[in-house]
Amino acid sequence: MKKIEAFIRPEKLEDIKEIMEELKLNGLSIMQVMGCGNQKGWTEFVRGAEVDYNFLTKLKIELFVTEDQSEAVIAAIIRRAYTGEYGDGKIFVSDIQDAVRIRTGERGEDAIK
Amino acid sequence: MDHGDISWMLTSSALVLLMTPGLAFFYGGMVKRKSVINMMMSSAIMMGIGSIMWVLIGFSLSFSGDIGGVIGNLNWFGLNFDTLTDVTLPYPNTLIFAIFQMMFAIIAPALITGAVAERMKFSSLVIFMVLWSLLIYYPLAHMVWGGGLLFKMGSVDFAGGDVVHISSGVSALVLSIVLGKRKNLGKAPYHPHNVPFVFLGAALLWFGWFGFNAGSALGANELAAHAFMTTNTAAASAMLSWVLIEVMNNGKPTLVGTSTGLVIGLVAITPGAGFVPIWASVIIGALVSPICYFFITRVKTRFQYDDALDVFGCHGIGGIWGGIATGIFANTDINPALQYNGLIYGEVQLFIRQIGAIAITILIAVAGTLIAAGIASAITKGIKVSGRTEMIGLDTSEHGETAYPAFNGMD
Repeated sequence: MKKIEAFIRPEKLEDIKEIMEELKLNGLSIMQVMGCGNQKGWTEFVRGAEVDYNFLTKLKIELFVTEDQSEAVIAAIIRRAYTGEYGDGKIFVSDIQDAVRIRTGERGEDAIK
Repeated sequence: MDHGDISWMLTSSALVLLMTPGLAFFYGGMVKRKSVINMMMSSAIMMGIGSIMWVLIGFSLSFSGDIGGVIGNLNWFGLNFDTLTDVTLPYPNTLIFAIFQMMFAIIAPALITGAVAERMKFSSLVIFMVLWSLLIYYPLAHMVWGGGLLFKMGSVDFAGGDVVHISSGVSALVLSIVLGKRKNLGKAPYHPHNVPFVFLGAALLWFGWFGFNAGSALGANELAAHAFMTTNTAAASAMLSWVLIEVMNNGKPTLVGTSTGLVIGLVAITPGAGFVPIWASVIIGALVSPICYFFITRVKTRFQYDDALDVFGCHGIGGIWGGIATGIFANTDINPALQYNGLIYGEVQLFIRQIGAIAITILIAVAGTLIAAGIASAITKGIKVSGRTEMIGLDTSEHGETAYPAFNGMD
């Protein structure tokens, strides 16, 4: 099992949601996060005075998938989150030792299907 | 001038002005949080543009002289008239009349903005609203109240059913079709981001509408009191009938529904507020909700146009029903200025004229909107923002401003 964490642009969420259906995934969580990176924040003007925002709002999506789904999910996220500009985000992949479905007590891959 | 009249007219003017920020809250609460500033700015900007245009040319084009029964002239450019000797048809003091009427000219174009929510370029919208005022609002105000075509025809519009509501509602429908749908309509949820704002806006509209309708009696008199009561009654009646429909259909009464119902009740009573008996306002209000509900939930989904905040469904349809209802229930005992009684008193003349006035208003609104949208599109190279911009939200892209903290604890 893999955990896939992707930091994406908030405006890409509606597009990314579609991979759920496309790849027959069972679940996905989203978190509102703020972060900084190569995009370097933006500037807003409040009554003419410049205000710098160093942290940008991003969304983090988190999915738990089986080994064989992993590459397809990563490719699908890249395809939809890509604009080619700084700030498209990053994807992190890690191994998951075990999973439990609370309702039934199922373990391992059975719990995430 | 009677001091009581002056004070009531100035008070009414202030009440009507408050409706535009009220509208900003009403519409602002209904859009997504990433476009609320754009929505509220669309109303706010008209308080600037509408006022200046009115003082420079708007009032003159609406109420000075008459060119072919369609529009006035520019003799009163910059409100350059003698307040007491240069008199308009409806009212003895020209400056007071200009102040009162200005507030209507501000809110009418702002009403349209709800239909194009979340996807129209702000620059295009501003150009459109300027042109709309020139091509549609001033001619209609002249035709209905300034002694033009519709006035001579004998149709009546007490406080702006044709001029404000049908014209803006129909224009909203046309503009939303020209503009096209929002990117994810039918795929992603578009629901109100702040329901308390919606009710706050509706409450301000109800309050301001007393100036709109009771002020249209143009004096501190019995007719003003009558219009005040019909206005409140229709709003209450429509609010309750909308809630009833919701409970029958979905089992639960909602605050958005309550707010919508009261607003369309106010729309429906507008053309007849000073012409129909008070008992009739109960019926006018009670019937407007099922009519509008049908258009919003059935007709809109059937024809797939994206009138985002139902400006046509509420103001267009509600205004048309109000105009027809005036032709049904108007009574010369209520207002001696009427030439004919309504349909239920066995006279058909007024009813036919009301239908005619509605048809002419619709024609002008459709033609004017197509021209205004065409010119705006040519100037700003298209009137719709890109799909990417739409997803980011108009607040950031069009205004560089955000309405709410992005993250708990950060800002």
